[in-house]
Amino acid sequence: MYSFDWSSIPGAIPYLWEGMIRTLQITVIAVIAGMIIGTILAVCRLSKNLALSTLAASYVTCFRSVPLVMVLLWFYLLVPDLVKKIVGNPSLDIRLLSAFVAFSLFEASYYAEIIRAGIQSVSKGQVSAGLALGMTSGETMRLIILPQAFRRMIPLLLTQAIILFQDTSLVYVMGLADFFGVAYNTGNRDGTLVELILFAGFVYLVICFVASTLVRNLQKKIA
Amino acid sequence: MATVLADLDFRVFMQPVVGGGGNYLTYLLFGLGWTLSLAITSWILAFVVGSVIGVLRTLRGNVLPRLGALYVEIFRNIPLLVQLFIWYFVLPEIVPLFGTWFKERLSPEFQQFVSATLCLGFFTAARVSEQVRSGIMSLGRGQYGAGLALGFNTAQVYTLILLPVAYRIIIPTLTSEFLNLIKNTAVASTIGLVELAQRGKNMGEYTSRLYESFIAVTILYAIVNLIVMLISRNIESATRLPGFVGGKK
Repeated sequence: MYSFDWSSIPGAIPYLWEGMIRTLQITVIAVIAGMIIGTILAVCRLSKNLALSTLAASYVTCFRSVPLVMVLLWFYLLVPDLVKKIVGNPSLDIRLLSAFVAFSLFEASYYAEIIRAGIQSVSKGQVSAGLALGMTSGETMRLIILPQAFRRMIPLLLTQAIILFQDTSLVYVMGLADFFGVAYNTGNRDGTLVELILFAGFVYLVICFVASTLVRNLQKKIA
Repeated sequence: MATVLADLDFRVFMQPVVGGGGNYLTYLLFGLGWTLSLAITSWILAFVVGSVIGVLRTLRGNVLPRLGALYVEIFRNIPLLVQLFIWYFVLPEIVPLFGTWFKERLSPEFQQFVSATLCLGFFTAARVSEQVRSGIMSLGRGQYGAGLALGFNTAQVYTLILLPVAYRIIIPTLTSEFLNLIKNTAVASTIGLVELAQRGKNMGEYTSRLYESFIAVTILYAIVNLIVMLISRNIESATRLPGFVGGKK
Protein backbone atom coordinates (compact mmCIF):
# COMPACT_ATOMS: atom_id res chain seq x y z
CA MET A 1 0.00 0.00 0.00
CA TYR A 2 1.12 3.52 -0.70
CA SER A 3 1.81 5.60 2.40
CA PHE A 4 0.85 9.22 2.00
CA ASP A 5 3.09 12.00 3.22
CA TRP A 6 1.20 15.27 3.56
CA SER A 7 3.97 17.01 5.51
CA SER A 8 5.13 19.34 2.74
CA ILE A 9 1.75 21.02 2.32
CA PRO A 10 1.55 23.21 5.50
CA GLY A 11 4.91 24.85 4.79
CA ALA A 12 3.93 25.49 1.19
CA ILE A 13 0.66 27.27 2.00
CA PRO A 14 2.07 30.83 1.52
CA TYR A 15 3.40 29.91 -1.94
CA LEU A 16 0.20 28.10 -2.86
CA TRP A 17 -1.72 31.20 -1.80
CA GLU A 18 0.47 33.36 -4.03
CA GLY A 19 -0.22 30.94 -6.85
CA MET A 20 -3.95 31.15 -6.18
CA ILE A 21 -3.75 34.96 -6.35
CA ARG A 22 -2.11 34.68 -9.76
CA THR A 23 -4.78 32.20 -10.92
CA LEU A 24 -7.48 34.63 -9.78
CA GLN A 25 -5.67 37.55 -11.42
CA ILE A 26 -5.64 35.81 -14.78
CA THR A 27 -9.25 34.70 -14.37
CA VAL A 28 -10.60 38.13 -13.43
CA ILE A 29 -8.68 39.99 -16.13
CA ALA A 30 -9.68 37.46 -18.79
CA VAL A 31 -13.34 37.54 -17.72
CA ILE A 32 -13.52 41.34 -17.84
CA ALA A 33 -11.51 41.79 -21.04
CA GLY A 34 -13.15 38.76 -22.63
CA MET A 35 -16.62 40.09 -21.90
CA ILE A 36 -15.82 43.55 -23.28
CA ILE A 37 -14.25 42.19 -26.47
CA GLY A 38 -16.92 39.51 -26.65
CA THR A 39 -19.72 42.10 -26.51
CA ILE A 40 -18.09 44.10 -29.29
CA LEU A 41 -17.71 40.92 -31.36
CA ALA A 42 -21.31 39.87 -30.74
CA VAL A 43 -22.67 43.28 -31.74
CA CYS A 44 -20.45 43.29 -34.86
CA ARG A 45 -21.56 39.80 -35.74
CA LEU A 46 -25.22 40.79 -35.60
CA SER A 47 -24.70 44.07 -37.47
CA LYS A 48 -26.02 44.54 -40.98
CA ASN A 49 -22.57 45.57 -42.19
CA LEU A 50 -21.33 42.50 -44.06
CA ALA A 51 -17.62 43.24 -43.58
CA LEU A 52 -18.00 43.67 -39.79
CA SER A 53 -20.11 40.56 -39.31
CA THR A 54 -17.78 38.41 -41.46
CA LEU A 55 -14.77 39.69 -39.57
CA ALA A 56 -16.34 38.94 -36.18
CA ALA A 57 -17.57 35.54 -37.33
CA SER A 58 -14.14 34.51 -38.58
CA TYR A 59 -12.49 35.68 -35.36
CA VAL A 60 -14.87 33.53 -33.33
CA THR A 61 -14.52 30.50 -35.62
CA CYS A 62 -10.72 30.74 -35.65
CA PHE A 63 -10.31 30.85 -31.90
CA ARG A 64 -12.94 28.19 -31.28
CA SER A 65 -11.38 25.70 -33.68
CA VAL A 66 -7.92 25.80 -32.09
CA PRO A 67 -7.02 24.17 -28.75
CA LEU A 68 -6.37 26.55 -25.86
CA VAL A 69 -2.95 24.94 -25.37
CA MET A 70 -2.08 25.92 -28.94
CA VAL A 71 -3.25 29.51 -28.39
CA LEU A 72 -1.16 29.72 -25.23
CA LEU A 73 1.88 28.39 -27.09
CA TRP A 74 1.33 30.94 -29.86
CA PHE A 75 1.37 33.71 -27.29
CA TYR A 76 4.18 32.20 -25.25
CA LEU A 77 6.60 31.50 -28.09
CA LEU A 78 5.60 33.72 -30.96
CA VAL A 79 4.23 36.99 -29.62
CA PRO A 80 7.31 37.80 -27.51
CA ASP A 81 9.35 37.16 -30.65
CA LEU A 82 7.08 39.46 -32.60
CA VAL A 83 7.29 42.15 -29.91
CA LYS A 84 11.07 41.80 -29.94
CA LYS A 85 11.17 42.31 -33.69
CA ILE A 86 8.96 45.39 -33.47
CA VAL A 87 10.13 47.03 -30.23
CA GLY A 88 13.64 45.63 -30.19
CA ASN A 89 13.86 44.94 -26.45
CA PRO A 90 14.95 41.31 -26.09
CA SER A 91 15.17 40.98 -22.28
CA LEU A 92 11.53 41.71 -21.42
CA ASP A 93 9.75 38.91 -19.51
CA ILE A 94 6.23 39.29 -20.77
CA ARG A 95 4.95 35.81 -19.96
CA LEU A 96 2.33 37.04 -17.52
CA LEU A 97 1.24 39.74 -19.94
CA SER A 98 1.10 37.15 -22.76
CA ALA A 99 -1.06 34.95 -20.54
CA PHE A 100 -3.45 37.84 -19.84
CA VAL A 101 -3.72 38.68 -23.52
CA ALA A 102 -3.99 35.05 -24.68
CA PHE A 103 -6.78 34.19 -22.23
CA SER A 104 -8.64 37.44 -22.90
CA LEU A 105 -8.62 37.00 -26.67
CA PHE A 106 -9.47 33.29 -26.40
CA GLU A 107 -12.30 33.77 -23.93
CA ALA A 108 -13.66 36.67 -25.99
CA SER A 109 -14.60 34.20 -28.71
CA TYR A 110 -16.56 32.08 -26.21
CA TYR A 111 -18.22 35.08 -24.56
CA ALA A 112 -19.12 36.43 -27.99
CA GLU A 113 -21.25 33.35 -28.68
CA ILE A 114 -23.00 33.51 -25.29
CA ILE A 115 -23.70 37.23 -25.66
CA ARG A 116 -24.91 36.84 -29.24
CA ALA A 117 -27.43 34.23 -28.10
CA GLY A 118 -28.45 36.56 -25.27
CA ILE A 119 -29.02 39.49 -27.61
CA GLN A 120 -31.01 37.30 -29.97
CA SER A 121 -33.22 36.16 -27.10
CA VAL A 122 -34.51 39.72 -26.60
CA SER A 123 -37.63 40.11 -28.67
CA LYS A 124 -37.56 42.18 -31.87
CA GLY A 125 -40.37 44.39 -30.58
CA GLN A 126 -37.92 45.93 -28.10
CA VAL A 127 -35.73 47.15 -30.96
CA SER A 128 -38.71 48.65 -32.76
CA ALA A 129 -39.89 50.27 -29.53
CA GLY A 130 -36.49 51.84 -28.98
CA LEU A 131 -36.36 53.15 -32.52
CA ALA A 132 -39.94 54.44 -32.24
CA LEU A 133 -38.91 56.44 -29.18
CA GLY A 134 -36.42 58.23 -31.40
CA MET A 135 -33.26 56.45 -30.19
CA THR A 136 -30.50 55.67 -32.63
CA SER A 137 -29.77 51.97 -33.20
CA GLY A 138 -26.62 52.34 -31.08
CA GLU A 139 -28.62 53.77 -28.18
CA THR A 140 -31.25 51.07 -28.52
CA MET A 141 -28.53 48.41 -28.28
CA ARG A 142 -26.79 50.07 -25.35
CA LEU A 143 -29.78 51.19 -23.26
CA ILE A 144 -32.48 48.65 -24.08
CA ILE A 145 -31.20 45.42 -25.60
CA LEU A 146 -27.89 44.81 -23.81
CA PRO A 147 -29.16 45.37 -20.23
CA GLN A 148 -31.94 42.82 -20.76
CA ALA A 149 -29.65 40.42 -22.57
CA PHE A 150 -27.02 40.57 -19.83
CA ARG A 151 -29.54 39.91 -17.10
CA ARG A 152 -30.58 36.72 -18.83
CA MET A 153 -27.03 35.67 -19.54
CA ILE A 154 -25.62 36.09 -16.03
CA PRO A 155 -25.72 32.37 -15.14
CA LEU A 156 -24.07 31.36 -18.43
CA LEU A 157 -21.43 34.07 -18.13
CA LEU A 158 -20.61 32.94 -14.60
CA THR A 159 -20.44 29.28 -15.63
CA GLN A 160 -18.01 30.28 -18.36
CA ALA A 161 -15.96 32.12 -15.69
CA ILE A 162 -15.78 28.90 -13.65
CA ILE A 163 -14.57 27.00 -16.72
CA LEU A 164 -12.00 29.73 -17.31
CA PHE A 165 -10.87 29.50 -13.68
CA GLN A 166 -10.14 25.82 -14.30
CA ASP A 167 -8.52 26.45 -17.66
CA THR A 168 -6.01 28.91 -16.21
CA SER A 169 -4.16 25.85 -14.92
CA LEU A 170 -2.98 25.44 -18.52
CA VAL A 171 -0.55 28.35 -18.09
CA TYR A 172 1.59 25.38 -17.06
CA VAL A 173 2.63 25.17 -20.74
CA MET A 174 3.99 28.72 -20.47
CA GLY A 175 6.02 27.83 -17.41
CA LEU A 176 4.05 30.27 -15.27
CA ALA A 177 3.46 29.36 -11.62
CA ASP A 178 -0.26 29.68 -10.98
CA PHE A 179 -1.91 27.71 -8.14
CA PHE A 180 -1.45 24.37 -9.85
CA GLY A 181 2.03 25.28 -11.07
CA VAL A 182 3.14 26.03 -7.51
CA ALA A 183 1.57 22.79 -6.25
CA TYR A 184 3.33 20.79 -8.97
CA ASN A 185 6.71 22.44 -8.35
CA THR A 186 6.44 21.93 -4.59
CA GLY A 187 5.58 18.27 -5.04
CA ASN A 188 8.41 17.79 -7.49
CA ARG A 189 10.92 19.44 -5.13
CA ASP A 190 9.88 17.47 -2.03
CA GLY A 191 9.16 14.16 -3.72
CA THR A 192 5.50 14.44 -2.72
CA LEU A 193 4.00 14.93 -6.18
CA VAL A 194 1.15 12.48 -5.47
CA GLU A 195 -0.04 14.37 -2.40
CA LEU A 196 0.33 17.83 -3.92
CA ILE A 197 -1.58 16.93 -7.11
CA LEU A 198 -4.39 15.38 -5.04
CA PHE A 199 -4.45 18.43 -2.77
CA ALA A 200 -4.65 20.80 -5.74
CA GLY A 201 -7.43 18.73 -7.29
CA PHE A 202 -9.35 18.82 -4.01
CA VAL A 203 -9.01 22.61 -3.70
CA TYR A 204 -10.27 23.10 -7.26
CA LEU A 205 -13.13 20.70 -6.63
CA VAL A 206 -14.29 22.56 -3.50
CA ILE A 207 -14.02 26.03 -5.04
CA CYS A 208 -15.70 25.10 -8.32
CA PHE A 209 -18.40 23.04 -6.64
CA VAL A 210 -19.35 25.89 -4.30
CA ALA A 211 -19.25 28.40 -7.15
CA SER A 212 -21.35 26.28 -9.50
CA THR A 213 -23.89 25.57 -6.75
CA LEU A 214 -24.22 29.33 -6.17
CA VAL A 215 -24.69 29.88 -9.91
CA ARG A 216 -27.39 27.20 -10.01
CA ASN A 217 -29.27 28.84 -7.14
CA LEU A 218 -28.98 32.21 -8.86
CA GLN A 219 -30.33 30.66 -12.04
CA LYS A 220 -33.36 29.34 -10.19
CA LYS A 221 -33.95 32.78 -8.68
CA ILE A 222 -33.79 34.49 -12.07
CA ALA A 223 -35.91 31.97 -13.92
CA MET B 1 4.94 42.19 -38.99
CA ALA B 2 6.01 42.62 -42.60
CA THR B 3 9.46 41.19 -41.92
CA VAL B 4 7.90 38.14 -40.28
CA LEU B 5 5.69 37.55 -43.30
CA ALA B 6 8.61 38.04 -45.69
CA ASP B 7 10.67 35.54 -43.67
CA LEU B 8 8.15 32.73 -43.97
CA ASP B 9 9.60 29.76 -45.82
CA PHE B 10 7.35 26.77 -46.19
CA ARG B 11 10.04 24.64 -47.83
CA VAL B 12 10.99 23.74 -44.27
CA PHE B 13 8.32 21.00 -44.37
CA MET B 14 10.35 19.09 -46.94
CA GLN B 15 13.47 19.05 -44.74
CA PRO B 16 14.40 15.70 -43.17
CA VAL B 17 13.58 15.43 -39.45
CA VAL B 18 16.44 15.66 -36.94
CA GLY B 19 17.10 12.10 -35.83
CA GLY B 20 15.81 10.58 -39.05
CA GLY B 21 12.52 9.28 -40.36
CA GLY B 22 10.86 11.31 -43.11
CA ASN B 23 10.35 15.04 -43.51
CA TYR B 24 8.57 17.49 -41.23
CA LEU B 25 5.29 17.26 -43.08
CA THR B 26 4.98 13.54 -42.33
CA TYR B 27 6.28 14.26 -38.80
CA LEU B 28 3.31 16.55 -38.18
CA LEU B 29 0.88 14.19 -39.90
CA PHE B 30 1.95 11.36 -37.58
CA GLY B 31 1.29 13.74 -34.69
CA LEU B 32 -2.16 14.29 -36.13
CA GLY B 33 -2.52 10.49 -36.18
CA TRP B 34 -1.82 10.37 -32.42
CA THR B 35 -4.26 13.21 -31.84
CA LEU B 36 -7.03 11.49 -33.78
CA SER B 37 -6.48 8.02 -32.32
CA LEU B 38 -6.47 9.52 -28.83
CA ALA B 39 -9.66 11.43 -29.63
CA ILE B 40 -11.43 8.39 -31.06
CA THR B 41 -10.52 5.91 -28.30
CA SER B 42 -11.48 8.41 -25.61
CA TRP B 43 -14.70 9.19 -27.43
CA ILE B 44 -15.72 5.52 -27.37
CA LEU B 45 -15.03 5.41 -23.63
CA ALA B 46 -16.81 8.73 -23.08
CA PHE B 47 -19.83 7.64 -25.10
CA VAL B 48 -20.28 4.35 -23.20
CA VAL B 49 -19.64 5.77 -19.72
CA GLY B 50 -21.56 8.96 -20.49
CA SER B 51 -24.59 7.01 -21.67
CA VAL B 52 -24.59 4.86 -18.52
CA ILE B 53 -24.29 7.89 -16.23
CA GLY B 54 -26.87 9.81 -18.23
CA VAL B 55 -29.34 6.92 -17.93
CA LEU B 56 -28.62 6.57 -14.20
CA ARG B 57 -29.58 10.20 -13.70
CA THR B 58 -33.00 9.69 -15.25
CA LEU B 59 -33.89 6.54 -13.26
CA ARG B 60 -36.36 6.58 -10.38
CA GLY B 61 -35.19 6.22 -6.82
CA ASN B 62 -32.68 8.11 -4.77
CA VAL B 63 -29.35 6.34 -4.89
CA LEU B 64 -28.55 5.87 -8.59
CA PRO B 65 -29.46 9.39 -9.78
CA ARG B 66 -27.41 10.84 -6.93
CA LEU B 67 -24.43 8.66 -7.86
CA GLY B 68 -24.70 9.94 -11.41
CA ALA B 69 -24.87 13.53 -10.20
CA LEU B 70 -21.85 12.99 -7.95
CA TYR B 71 -19.86 11.67 -10.90
CA VAL B 72 -20.70 14.74 -12.98
CA GLU B 73 -19.82 17.16 -10.15
CA ILE B 74 -16.44 15.55 -9.56
CA PHE B 75 -15.37 15.36 -13.19
CA ARG B 76 -16.65 18.82 -14.07
CA ASN B 77 -15.15 20.70 -11.16
CA ILE B 78 -11.53 19.60 -11.42
CA PRO B 79 -9.43 21.14 -14.21
CA LEU B 80 -8.60 18.79 -17.06
CA LEU B 81 -4.87 19.27 -16.54
CA VAL B 82 -5.14 18.25 -12.89
CA GLN B 83 -7.22 15.20 -13.82
CA LEU B 84 -4.62 14.20 -16.39
CA PHE B 85 -1.84 14.46 -13.81
CA ILE B 86 -3.90 12.39 -11.39
CA TRP B 87 -4.29 9.64 -14.01
CA TYR B 88 -0.63 9.80 -15.04
CA PHE B 89 1.32 10.58 -11.87
CA VAL B 90 -0.96 9.67 -8.97
CA LEU B 91 -3.04 6.58 -9.78
CA PRO B 92 -0.16 4.31 -10.89
CA GLU B 93 1.48 5.06 -7.53
CA ILE B 94 -1.47 4.45 -5.26
CA VAL B 95 -3.51 1.75 -7.03
CA PRO B 96 -1.57 -1.50 -6.46
CA LEU B 97 -2.48 -3.80 -9.40
CA PHE B 98 -3.08 -1.13 -12.00
CA GLY B 99 0.16 0.54 -10.96
CA THR B 100 2.36 -2.52 -11.50
CA TRP B 101 0.76 -3.30 -14.83
CA PHE B 102 1.06 0.32 -15.87
CA LYS B 103 4.67 0.85 -14.84
CA GLU B 104 6.13 -2.53 -15.78
CA ARG B 105 4.20 -3.64 -18.83
CA LEU B 106 3.70 -0.46 -20.82
CA SER B 107 6.24 1.50 -22.84
CA PRO B 108 6.41 5.21 -21.91
CA GLU B 109 4.52 6.11 -25.06
CA PHE B 110 1.65 3.80 -24.14
CA GLN B 111 1.68 4.91 -20.52
CA GLN B 112 1.01 8.41 -21.80
CA PHE B 113 -1.58 7.20 -24.27
CA VAL B 114 -3.47 5.06 -21.73
CA SER B 115 -3.50 7.83 -19.10
CA ALA B 116 -4.65 10.40 -21.62
CA THR B 117 -7.37 8.08 -22.97
CA LEU B 118 -8.74 7.33 -19.50
CA CYS B 119 -8.54 10.98 -18.47
CA LEU B 120 -10.21 12.41 -21.58
CA GLY B 121 -12.73 9.56 -21.71
CA PHE B 122 -13.99 9.96 -18.15
CA PHE B 123 -13.81 13.77 -18.35
CA THR B 124 -15.84 13.89 -21.56
CA ALA B 125 -18.24 11.24 -20.20
CA ALA B 126 -19.45 13.75 -17.60
CA ARG B 127 -20.38 16.15 -20.38
CA VAL B 128 -21.87 13.45 -22.62
CA SER B 129 -24.00 12.23 -19.71
CA GLU B 130 -25.56 15.69 -19.35
CA GLN B 131 -26.52 15.62 -23.04
CA VAL B 132 -27.87 12.06 -22.83
CA ARG B 133 -29.89 13.01 -19.77
CA SER B 134 -31.41 16.08 -21.39
CA GLY B 135 -32.11 14.04 -24.54
CA ILE B 136 -34.02 11.42 -22.53
CA MET B 137 -35.83 14.06 -20.46
CA SER B 138 -36.97 15.82 -23.64
CA LEU B 139 -38.93 12.70 -24.61
CA GLY B 140 -41.36 12.98 -21.72
CA ARG B 141 -42.63 10.33 -19.36
CA GLY B 142 -45.26 9.08 -21.82
CA GLN B 143 -42.77 7.09 -23.89
CA TYR B 144 -41.47 5.37 -20.78
CA GLY B 145 -44.99 4.47 -19.66
CA ALA B 146 -45.92 3.28 -23.13
CA GLY B 147 -42.91 0.97 -23.17
CA LEU B 148 -43.83 -0.53 -19.79
CA ALA B 149 -47.45 -0.95 -20.91
CA LEU B 150 -46.20 -2.98 -23.87
CA GLY B 151 -44.51 -5.35 -21.44
CA PHE B 152 -40.90 -4.15 -21.81
CA ASN B 153 -38.74 -4.04 -18.72
CA THR B 154 -36.81 -0.90 -17.81
CA ALA B 155 -33.62 -1.96 -19.62
CA GLN B 156 -35.58 -2.70 -22.78
CA VAL B 157 -37.46 0.58 -22.60
CA TYR B 158 -34.15 2.41 -22.49
CA THR B 159 -32.26 0.47 -25.15
CA LEU B 160 -35.16 -0.03 -27.56
CA ILE B 161 -37.26 3.10 -27.16
CA LEU B 162 -35.70 6.01 -25.29
CA LEU B 163 -32.00 5.94 -26.21
CA PRO B 164 -32.36 5.48 -29.99
CA VAL B 165 -34.52 8.59 -30.14
CA ALA B 166 -32.53 10.54 -27.55
CA TYR B 167 -29.24 9.99 -29.41
CA ARG B 168 -30.72 11.34 -32.61
CA ILE B 169 -31.96 14.46 -30.88
CA ILE B 170 -28.60 15.24 -29.29
CA ILE B 171 -26.34 14.65 -32.31
CA PRO B 172 -25.59 18.39 -32.69
CA THR B 173 -24.51 18.80 -29.06
CA LEU B 174 -22.59 15.51 -29.13
CA THR B 175 -20.73 16.83 -32.17
CA SER B 176 -19.63 19.91 -30.31
CA GLU B 177 -18.52 17.71 -27.39
CA PHE B 178 -16.46 15.63 -29.82
CA LEU B 179 -14.90 18.79 -31.25
CA ASN B 180 -14.06 19.89 -27.71
CA LEU B 181 -12.53 16.48 -27.09
CA ILE B 182 -10.27 16.81 -30.15
CA LYS B 183 -9.10 20.18 -28.89
CA ASN B 184 -8.62 18.83 -25.37
CA THR B 185 -6.23 16.14 -26.63
CA ALA B 186 -3.62 18.91 -26.88
CA VAL B 187 -3.47 18.86 -23.08
CA ALA B 188 -1.85 15.41 -23.37
CA SER B 189 1.30 17.16 -24.60
CA THR B 190 1.92 18.18 -20.96
CA ILE B 191 2.67 14.57 -19.98
CA GLY B 192 4.95 14.16 -22.98
CA LEU B 193 2.68 12.55 -25.55
CA VAL B 194 4.02 13.81 -28.87
CA GLU B 195 0.69 14.55 -30.50
CA LEU B 196 0.07 17.35 -32.96
CA ALA B 197 0.57 20.39 -30.70
CA GLN B 198 3.72 18.96 -29.13
CA ARG B 199 5.16 18.05 -32.54
CA GLY B 200 4.48 21.56 -33.76
CA LYS B 201 6.43 22.90 -30.82
CA ASN B 202 9.25 20.39 -31.33
CA MET B 203 9.47 21.14 -35.01
CA GLY B 204 9.71 24.86 -34.22
CA GLU B 205 12.57 24.20 -31.85
CA TYR B 206 14.47 21.81 -34.15
CA THR B 207 14.22 24.04 -37.21
CA SER B 208 13.91 27.50 -35.61
CA ARG B 209 10.89 27.87 -37.85
CA LEU B 210 8.21 28.41 -35.21
CA TYR B 211 5.88 30.49 -37.36
CA GLU B 212 5.71 27.96 -40.18
CA SER B 213 5.18 24.98 -37.88
CA PHE B 214 2.56 26.72 -35.75
CA ILE B 215 0.68 27.91 -38.80
CA ALA B 216 0.65 24.34 -40.13
CA VAL B 217 -0.55 22.88 -36.82
CA THR B 218 -3.28 25.49 -36.46
CA ILE B 219 -4.47 24.81 -40.01
CA LEU B 220 -4.47 21.04 -39.38
CA TYR B 221 -6.69 21.49 -36.30
CA ALA B 222 -9.01 23.75 -38.27
CA ILE B 223 -9.26 21.21 -41.11
CA VAL B 224 -10.08 18.37 -38.72
CA ASN B 225 -12.72 20.59 -37.12
CA LEU B 226 -14.27 21.31 -40.49
CA ILE B 227 -14.30 17.65 -41.56
CA VAL B 228 -15.93 16.51 -38.31
CA MET B 229 -18.56 19.22 -38.69
CA LEU B 230 -19.35 18.14 -42.25
CA ILE B 231 -19.58 14.45 -41.30
CA SER B 232 -21.85 15.19 -38.37
CA ARG B 233 -24.11 17.35 -40.52
CA ASN B 234 -24.55 14.36 -42.84
CA ILE B 235 -25.25 11.96 -39.97
CA GLU B 236 -27.70 14.48 -38.57
CA SER B 237 -29.71 14.84 -41.76
CA ALA B 238 -29.64 11.08 -42.39
CA THR B 239 -31.00 10.22 -38.94
CA ARG B 240 -33.38 13.16 -38.55
CA LEU B 241 -36.72 12.20 -37.03
CA PRO B 242 -40.09 13.45 -38.24
CA GLY B 243 -41.95 15.51 -35.67
CA PHE B 244 -38.91 16.83 -33.80
CA VAL B 245 -37.13 20.19 -33.99
CA GLY B 246 -35.56 20.45 -37.45
CA GLY B 247 -37.09 17.13 -38.44
CA LYS B 248 -38.78 16.13 -41.66
CA LYS B 249 -42.40 17.13 -41.93
